[in-house]
Amino acid sequence: MNSELRIRTPEGIAFAYQLAGPVARCMAWGVDLIAIIVIGQGVSSLFSAAGYVSPDFATALSMIAYFGVSIGYGVFTEWAWRGQTFGKRIMRLRVMDAHGLRLQFHQILMRNLLRFADLLPGCYLIGGVAMVLSKRAQRLGDLAANTVVVHIPQHAEPDLDQLLAGKFNSLRQFPHLEARLRQRTTPEEARLALQSLVRRDDLDPDARVRLFGELADHFKTLTTFPPEAIEAMPDEQYIRNVVDLLFRPRTNRFS
Amino acid sequence: MIIDLPRFIATERPSWTELEKTLDRLQAEPGRALTLDQAKRFHFLYQKVSADLGRIATFASEPELRRYLEALTARAYGEIHETRERGRRFRPAHWFFAEFPRVFRKHVGAFYISTIITMVGVLFGGLAVMLDDEAKEAVLPAMFANHMGDPAKRVAMEEKAKKDRYSDKHSMFASQLMTNNISVSIRALAFGITFGVLTVLLLFYNGVILGLVGIDYILAGQGVFLAGWLLPHGVIEIPAILIAGQGGLMLGKALIGHGDRAPLTARLRALGPDLATLIGGVAVMLVWAGFVESFLSQYHEPVIPYAVKIAFGCVELAVLVWFLGLGRAKDGAPAAEVRA
Repeated sequence: MNSELRIRTPEGIAFAYQLAGPVARCMAWGVDLIAIIVIGQGVSSLFSAAGYVSPDFATALSMIAYFGVSIGYGVFTEWAWRGQTFGKRIMRLRVMDAHGLRLQFHQILMRNLLRFADLLPGCYLIGGVAMVLSKRAQRLGDLAANTVVVHIPQHAEPDLDQLLAGKFNSLRQFPHLEARLRQRTTPEEARLALQSLVRRDDLDPDARVRLFGELADHFKTLTTFPPEAIEAMPDEQYIRNVVDLLFRPRTNRFS
Repeated sequence: MIIDLPRFIATERPSWTELEKTLDRLQAEPGRALTLDQAKRFHFLYQKVSADLGRIATFASEPELRRYLEALTARAYGEIHETRERGRRFRPAHWFFAEFPRVFRKHVGAFYISTIITMVGVLFGGLAVMLDDEAKEAVLPAMFANHMGDPAKRVAMEEKAKKDRYSDKHSMFASQLMTNNISVSIRALAFGITFGVLTVLLLFYNGVILGLVGIDYILAGQGVFLAGWLLPHGVIEIPAILIAGQGGLMLGKALIGHGDRAPLTARLRALGPDLATLIGGVAVMLVWAGFVESFLSQYHEPVIPYAVKIAFGCVELAVLVWFLGLGRAKDGAPAAEVRA
């Protein structure tokens, strides 16, 4: 089972979606099960009010409503919310076409109807085994409908103002080198430097010194600032300044 | 490459906004078709945003901008490279009266196989009840408990009944029948994912039950009662389940891929809309069958003459054969439409 779904467009642009694992999907399904019971009971109770006119008709409506909710819940919510149910929203999951194309109604219908096969012999056993064995973490319904379930990461940016506050950044005096650093640093390198700062207090003193030393050495190979700008600057402060350059633009440009 | 980000964003942002608005319009109105000029513009914007993403992709300091452009490019990619027809506004009457029979005829071979498997089951059930007195008790599920005894006694009891036993539970009974039969049909289709094996077993088992009950009544000399009881709803209900089985067999065949060199995903992708249409049509048929079974099939002579019930069933069957176009040549593919 791969953890990523990579899509490369003919224009040479590549995306990677993180595939949802069995645990997250199981939890989403648990939430959906509760939602189905609550909605089903609610709708049934609503229709049972018709019992004042005809108890038979009210019972029939309630039965059909409950059946409709149990079958149609997934179809309706995934169609209305573009691949999400209550459970998937909470777990930050989304159903997608396996090729990144537009999710179509028949795909949603098929993946939900094939739940009957995935459920066999009980508790999603077949679906779960299929998901673990599948390269794209697909249950049988996903295989038939050509869909995948992806995880939508939540990128919570740390409070940079608090993290970097009150420090003079000598590297800012060299705008051309700043631009070069921003251009040469990959997103992964930038995220690594940022996370190191965020978690620095969790590290042992030795490990902290070693980590920031290695990071500083690496970033110095990307862009060389004049010696007078970094003279006597501890490695951790150097990384702090680098993060400041990378994540805090001079002006608010994207507004 | 060093880019001047503020200028880059200021210059390119109108294109991003325009593409975003176009995508929003296309998603809000699935039936919307772009003109040639609009389609060209849409494609141009997509390429422009892709190029912008390529320029910004390695720019570490703009994760939000990168994510925004990635999401925009992904949405546009889904629209541009989608070769399947855009979803049109759903027209229920057209779908049921034109699309459903057309799809049925397109895959009618699977329907014939589904029928043959069920008939084999009927034969098996018939032989079982002829050769073994305990076959009914061993095979029939609990919901068929009223068929366990002697058919002649049941018929006598039904015909003597003075009170309308269903007068206060017609709707409930109909809804029970509908939900149960629709569940069985969904299973018949969904089980196709087991390379059709479970679909075959389910169809065979349904046939066995039908054979057990049917032959039991015929052997007891209650053929007319059986026809009057079974035909009004059975001529719709049984074909509906056979059509669901047809869907399951189609799914199984697509998985096996015999005689089709297209990749598995392409085979399944091509089949999806047809399966959805079939199961939808089956659900409508079963709603009708549920009403008929609850409001007509359960009444026997002297309340309703058997001749009337049998005639009703025959008329329904004739209409169904005409509706589905059985025996008619397969239709050609629907005319392709140029849509963005």
